[in-house]
Amino acid sequence: MVGRVITWWTILRICLEERLVYRGDFALGTLMRFLPIVTQIFLWSAVFTARDWRPLQGYGYEQFVAYYLLTMVSRAFSSMPGLASGIAGQIRQGEIKKYLIQPVDLIGFLLLTRVAHKAAYYSVAIAPFALVFFLCRSYFGDLPDHAATHSLTTAAAFVVALVMSFLLGFFLETSLGLVGFWFLEVNSLLFVYMLMNFFLSGHMFPLDMLPEPWRTIVELCPLQYLAYFPVAVFLGKFQGGELARALLVEFAWLAFFVALSRILYWRGVKRYSGYGG
Amino acid sequence: MNQRPAYGAIFLTFVRNSLMRDMSFRTNFVIECISSLSWAAMNLGFYLLIFQYTDEIGQGSGWGKHEFFVFLATSMLVNSLVQTFFMPNCEELSELIRSGGLDFALLKPIDTQFLVSLQKSDWSSLSNFLLGLGLLGYSQWQLATRATDPLTFGPVALLLYPVYVLCGVVILYSLMIALSATSIWMGRNQTLYDFWFYITNFSRYPMEIYEGTWGSPLRWAFTYMVPVLVVVNVPARVMVQPLRGENAFLALFALAATVASLAASRWIFRRALESYRSASS
Repeated sequence: MVGRVITWWTILRICLEERLVYRGDFALGTLMRFLPIVTQIFLWSAVFTARDWRPLQGYGYEQFVAYYLLTMVSRAFSSMPGLASGIAGQIRQGEIKKYLIQPVDLIGFLLLTRVAHKAAYYSVAIAPFALVFFLCRSYFGDLPDHAATHSLTTAAAFVVALVMSFLLGFFLETSLGLVGFWFLEVNSLLFVYMLMNFFLSGHMFPLDMLPEPWRTIVELCPLQYLAYFPVAVFLGKFQGGELARALLVEFAWLAFFVALSRILYWRGVKRYSGYGG
Repeated sequence: MNQRPAYGAIFLTFVRNSLMRDMSFRTNFVIECISSLSWAAMNLGFYLLIFQYTDEIGQGSGWGKHEFFVFLATSMLVNSLVQTFFMPNCEELSELIRSGGLDFALLKPIDTQFLVSLQKSDWSSLSNFLLGLGLLGYSQWQLATRATDPLTFGPVALLLYPVYVLCGVVILYSLMIALSATSIWMGRNQTLYDFWFYITNFSRYPMEIYEGTWGSPLRWAFTYMVPVLVVVNVPARVMVQPLRGENAFLALFALAATVASLAASRWIFRRALESYRSASS
């Protein structure tokens, strides 16, 4: 047990150090990532002027801006750059062999790497994030009483939703990458995922803006938990029993993808054959 | 010996070779066409959603639904041309610099910028060009046949439009090649690529939306310093707005901006090449 903890701690530390080498690039990259939001904010302010600033589907202009800023936070948790393509690449090139002969579990190792990656990312990204949120603090002034700025329960639910969005993103992408055991080339699959993710996770627009039947379709889809849902929790769109139910559904999706990735890995390793050295 | 290389013929060969390569992996080609079309379709869906909630982008800006779709179509045309002819090459340039492969390009008896900018073309990106043409035709037809205040556009607009689309392509190309040439100084520059993407992101919207304390300086900077705002705005305005006043001024400015950005990118590229040290030794 102690041995295992030491192994995992070492993995975590090495990854953390690896990540912090390029911190300058990191910090700059993070600030840049807010640039598309700037254009989105201008776009929506143009839309709101044409609407005489009437709220849109329950969102005032301030809340719209707050929504976009907060999706940056949930995306910072749920996005997994290079995870699925990395797994598929390792399968294709045979690097996956090392997990089969070493006493390290592939999915556990990747999860720790990601945790380290994210921890390193936040330790650097917190400065640009804090700066942007401080500059934009006025947009958070007008939130309802049960939003996370006023209610501790909502704030706690927001944190839970964020942590689950990280895990959900991880296991979802891992499952996609493990499909590489069956198809050697998963790029088109990943492209479809990226496309769906871009529009259906809610970081282009608040998903409750969608007309029926799209709204129901999107609500039945796990992607909304990657960006829209944590933000909607923060803004107080879910309350009481509804909130608990939504968190449970997210948890169920998470459990589903944990199981799926395990099954895929287990079945995949069985069909995998490695040659040469 | 001192003959000028036949640039036109060489370009045609590049284009033909790329087409041949694309056609030898036909399924892949079709998948790539579908991918880029679905991006564009999703984007179109996003704006359809916006126009569910508003009649216009910006009060009194004149960018109603169909006018805006002309704008969007223009954006598709410009971007698909850039993606077809320049994007694969500029992406490759920093790799050539990192691996030292640029040596081979420098040794060829032909202008290096021409060679590294046009060697490959990605034909699947042209699918968005067709989509753009379709959208443009549909929106113009909607505008010309609407009941109130139908839009009339003369031969001048039809003649100027392709010219300004090409100007837009040239401006974006200049920005892209200048950015990738800087990787000679900086080694790998992943962030710079993101930078390119984010900067051109500003060009995808009508310039009227940049207003207010933050917007006006931004609009000024992206019009006159880094002219990405004229890339789509000018040709789109030529089509849907009368060519008078500010529009006429912008149209003239766009021509100057095109020449200036091309010259600047050429200068930066040459300066960067002077500092190129091969990677191998």
